[in-house]
Formats: sequence, structure tokens, C-alpha cells
Amino acid sequence: MILDWLQALGQRALSFFQRLGRGHITLYYLLIAIPSVLLRPRLLLQQIYSVGVLTLLIILVSGLFVGMVLGLQGYNTLVRFGAEQSLGTAVALTLLREMAPVVTALLFAGRAGSALTAEIGLMKTTEQLSGMEMMAVDPNKRILAPRFLAGVISMPLLSLIFGAVGIMGGYIVGVGLLGVDEGAFWSQMQANVDMREDIWNGIIKSMVFGVVATWIAIYEGNDATPTSEGVSRATTRTVVHTSLAVLGLNFILTALMFGD
Amino acid sequence: MAQEETAPLVRIRGLRFARGERMIFDGVDLDIHRGGITAIMGPSGTGKTTLLKLIGGQLRPLAGTIEVDGQNVHRLSRDRLYQLRKRMGLLFQSGALLTDLNVFENVAFPLREHTRLPESMLRDLVLMKLEAVGLRGARTLMPSELSGGMARRVALARAIALDPMMVMYDEPFTGQDPISMGVLVKLIRRLNDALGLTSVVVSHDVQETASIADYIYLLSGGKVVGQGTPQQLGDSDSAWAQQFLKGEPDGPVPFHYPAPDYVEDLMVGSEGARS
Amino acid sequence: MTHARTVEIAVGAFVAAGLAALFLLAMKVSNLNVVGSDEGYHVSARFDNISGLRVRSPVTMAGVRIGRVSEIRFDPNTYQAVVTMRISEQYDQLPLDTSASIYTSGLIGEQYVSLDPGGDFEFLQDGSELMLTQSALVLEQMIGQFLFSLGDGDKD
Repeated sequence: MILDWLQALGQRALSFFQRLGRGHITLYYLLIAIPSVLLRPRLLLQQIYSVGVLTLLIILVSGLFVGMVLGLQGYNTLVRFGAEQSLGTAVALTLLREMAPVVTALLFAGRAGSALTAEIGLMKTTEQLSGMEMMAVDPNKRILAPRFLAGVISMPLLSLIFGAVGIMGGYIVGVGLLGVDEGAFWSQMQANVDMREDIWNGIIKSMVFGVVATWIAIYEGNDATPTSEGVSRATTRTVVHTSLAVLGLNFILTALMFGD
Repeated sequence: MAQEETAPLVRIRGLRFARGERMIFDGVDLDIHRGGITAIMGPSGTGKTTLLKLIGGQLRPLAGTIEVDGQNVHRLSRDRLYQLRKRMGLLFQSGALLTDLNVFENVAFPLREHTRLPESMLRDLVLMKLEAVGLRGARTLMPSELSGGMARRVALARAIALDPMMVMYDEPFTGQDPISMGVLVKLIRRLNDALGLTSVVVSHDVQETASIADYIYLLSGGKVVGQGTPQQLGDSDSAWAQQFLKGEPDGPVPFHYPAPDYVEDLMVGSEGARS
Repeated sequence: MTHARTVEIAVGAFVAAGLAALFLLAMKVSNLNVVGSDEGYHVSARFDNISGLRVRSPVTMAGVRIGRVSEIRFDPNTYQAVVTMRISEQYDQLPLDTSASIYTSGLIGEQYVSLDPGGDFEFLQDGSELMLTQSALVLEQMIGQFLFSLGDGDKD
């Protein structure tokens, strides 16, 4: 009984480490294929379009609403202490340090990551990747690496746009609807938001998330069982694993960056 | 020179390959001669597609050697293997067309990847290949708009785009209506002779394959169980060859998957239910 | 070809939007445009207690921001805090006997240094020290004193 249980545990651990190993091999091939992507910017452009530009709308809308909610809730809390002038600071710091990188990464996993996994998984299922290999075209260079690089480039841009739009949302609610003084809103924000400490650290976070989210999406697609069920499971795994990885990493990064 | 012409293009010796616990090839010897059409036939599940992937270097054998044009496929460096693959075309059963490109771009794909031809010359080449398979008029269609037979013909045009020395066909006739089957049969023969190709056809469609093949290997149970020209095989007294060529349900290839004795099995089942 | 062009334009617009967002955040939201300027001169002041004053807190005169706190040190000899401030160079005619106080904006708002001009005819220069200072009012102390005096009043 205990032996069965131990065996099951061992099997799980082994398959986990196998997946981890395959994932790192995938990452290795992605990284060494990057120079050949840079030689063919047109492929990269096409992928930035489908990974980044097509995710832009959901980022704009979500950013605006998240910023507006932060404005509303922040005002309700701050006004009790007569500190509603600090609304700009509260909204900007919450957005730039946490919300913009994390929510962007989560939305990215749902919109672009799942699409990447499904696309690559289907290309594998329909033998397109295999066929490419037989035409002496390396799918790592032609298909996977351009998508990886596009994700890594797009994520910080999306996160910046999310942050800017979110602050606009906070401004609309705070200054436009609730009557916080406009000058105080901006000047308090400027006094307390630091370029390096807050904005740059937020960008670093979203770069890390960009690597992780795109890596997971590409690995799951490339590792999918070549059946329609296998692809659908891989797509689900992409969203779940990316979300967990982003939230976990966010805690670690926050502790490292703002911990002291 | 003369010797090189007569040496087989593909030479397989002592090939062994397993998928998990299941042995797929257990000591296969095969020669594929230049300029001819060699058919590899056998019942479903004998690993015919696997054999093509082994020749193309996508899978590694457990033991044995595969030489293509004198080079051991599994000893080549990655670059040399890719060089060799440019001279081999493989026609997948599904066609494996790139779904986001139209017919023209699919055929142009290997040319764009491997050559730096000016656009006008590339266009001429692609149209020549499409003309050869009779689909010059379909160049703007997307793969999703093609019938199965047309998709295979486009894949064939793509496979010969780089003027390879050898084309391998994976089940080219499966699931085709009689007309497109006839078209494919004619195309394989015509392209082989016109372009001086060496063709390998993997199939279990006996009539069609026998009508174009110069030499046939019969595979079963991981071994070569018969070989010869279609004529020789038809005349052979091998029970296996007769069963396969005539499509008899029972014979050396049993109708039943290996199982314990029927009556005993039923008894066990009732005991199992009782306890 | 037109499709490729659309893609390129869209990607170009996307990247431009991202960079514009970065520019907006840097200029409008963060302190980059304020602190980034290295111009101005430094003056220092000693306080017994600076409470929650931090580096980058504003320095104001008559309610107008004229500079920022650039450094806060503890002097182990006098047990005082030494606050160095950077004043914009356009305000280079502050009297030498200007006094500095630490105030809080709002009840729990941030703390800032307020300068009150004196009447001297000489002006502050780089490296000058403000002699007249008033420390931060610590809320807890004030409440304590208030309650204490309230108690005294009851006895009378």
C-alpha cells in the first residue's frame, strides 16, 4: 500500500523532472536560434503583429477599467483620512509596480499564449513541423524562435501601455468624477514615483514575465500530444502554468526589488 | 562511375527499431535502386511511415545502418543531414501543407528558404512545378480549400521544388476517390521517369502500387517477408504474399490479435464477475 | 504586398505606442524631469527630529516648491539629523538667516521642509547651513501633550 503510494509519487516526480528537462532543452534551442531570427526581421514583424498588436485591444480596455477601479477604491479609502491628494500616488504605484506587469502577463497568457500553443500544437499534429524538417528547414528557427522573440519584445510594451492607460483611468475617475485636485493628483504622483525604483523595476518584471509566458506557451505547443485532445490539454496547461508562474515569480521579484 | 550508377541509392542493413516495448523493425535489409519505383507494402501498423522517417533521419534506429547515397544518415552532423534532406522529398500522408500560406507560397517555400532566386525566376519555377501536377490554375487557393487529392498533388509539387534525387511517398493512395487515385498513380510514374527520380512508395493499396512499382518489398512483423517484381510476387507460392495480394482475411497474418484461448478467457471473465 | 504593409504599419504603431507610454510615464508620472536636473545649489540644516521626512521630499517657500531634500544623515556628535536640500538655481536670492521647519501636508500626508525668509542682505550659497530650524511635530507627542493638558484642566 505504502509502496504503491511511493511508486506513484516517484512516477510523478520523474515525469515532472522530464518535462522540466525538455522545457529547458526547448529554451536552449530557442535562444541559440535568436540570431537567425534577427537576420529575418520580416518573420519577427509578422509575429509581433499576431502576438502583440492583436493583444493590444484587450490590454487597453482592461488597463482603463483597472485604473478606474483603483481610482474609485483608492479615493474611498484615502478620503477617510483626508488624504485624497495622494490618490495619484496610490494609483500610479499600484499600477506600475504590480498591476501592469502581472495583469498584462495574465491577459497575455489567455490571449496570445493560448493561441501560440494551439497554433504550434496544430502545426505539429498536421505534420507541418515534421514536413518542414524534411524540407531541411529548421522549425526552431523558422517557427518557434520568431514567436519567442516577439513575445519577449511585446510584453514590456504591452505592460507600459497598460500602465499609462490605467493612470488615465485613475485620473478620469479621481479628477473628473470625484473632484480630486488636478494639480495635487499629478504633483503628488511625481513626488513619489521614481523612474528607476518604480518604472524601471516594473519593466524588468514584465520582461521576465515575457520570457516565461512565451517560453511556456511554445514549449507546451511543441510538446503537445499530436491529437486534438492533446492540443486542447496543452492550451489549458499553458494558461494555468503561465498564471501560476507569473504570480509566483511576481512575489519573488517584488521581494527582491521592493523588499527592503 | 558505372559502379556508382548501379549501387543502390538507399541501403538498409540489420535495421532494428522499437516504440516503447513494441518492436517495429527486427532486422530489416532493404535496397532501393536508382531510377526505379520501389514499393514497400504491408498491413497497417507495420511501421511503413516509421521507415520513411528513419530514412529521412527524423528517427534514430536501435541498431543497423541506413545509407543514402553512400552516407550513413545517422552519423551525419546536423548541417550535413540538412544538406542531404534538400535532396530528398517526403510526401506526407496528410500533405503537411503550411496552412497559413496559399498554394503558390507553399510550393515556393523550400525555394525561398534555400535559394536566393530573383522573384521572376522563382515564379517561373513554381509555375513549372504546379503545371507538372496540373494545378497551375489553383495557385491562389488556400490549403483549406483543396480536396485531399489536390493537397497531395500540391505537396508533390513542393517535394520536387528543389529537384531532389529521391521522393518518398507515404500512403499516397489512401482515402482517394478512383479518379484522383488514377491521377496520382500516373503522376508518380511520369515524374519518376521525366525527372530521373528515384521513388519510394509506401502503401497498402495492392492494385495501384503493383501497377507502377518496379520492385516490391513486403513487410510484416518487423521483417521482410517477400520481395520481387510485381510479377514474381504474384507467381510466388509464399502463403504470406498470396494472402496480402489477394486480401484474404485469415492466413499467416491471423485475423485475431494474439489473445489467450477464447473459452478459457470467457471462463475467467465469469469467475471475475462472481468474486 | 498590401497585407505585409498593413502588418508593418500596425507593428510600427504598436511599438510607437509603447514608447510613447514609457515617455509619458517618465515625464508626467515619475520624478525624472524634476530630479534629473542637476542644477541648483545645496544648503543644509540640522533638526532634532525629522519624523517621516525622506530623500526627495519637497522643499517649499510660501507654499511653492523650490527644491528637494537630497540627503539625510545622522550626526553622532550632536545627535541631530543633517538634512541637505537642493534648491533650484533660479531662487538664488534667499536671505542667509532663512529658517527651516518640517511640516506635514494634511493629517497624515507627506512631510516637507518649509523655508521662511529672514531679513539678511546676504544670500544663501552652495554649502551654506540654515541656523534656525524647527523640528517636525510628531503626532503622537502632540496628542499626548493635548491629553495631558486636558487632564490638568479637569483638576482645576
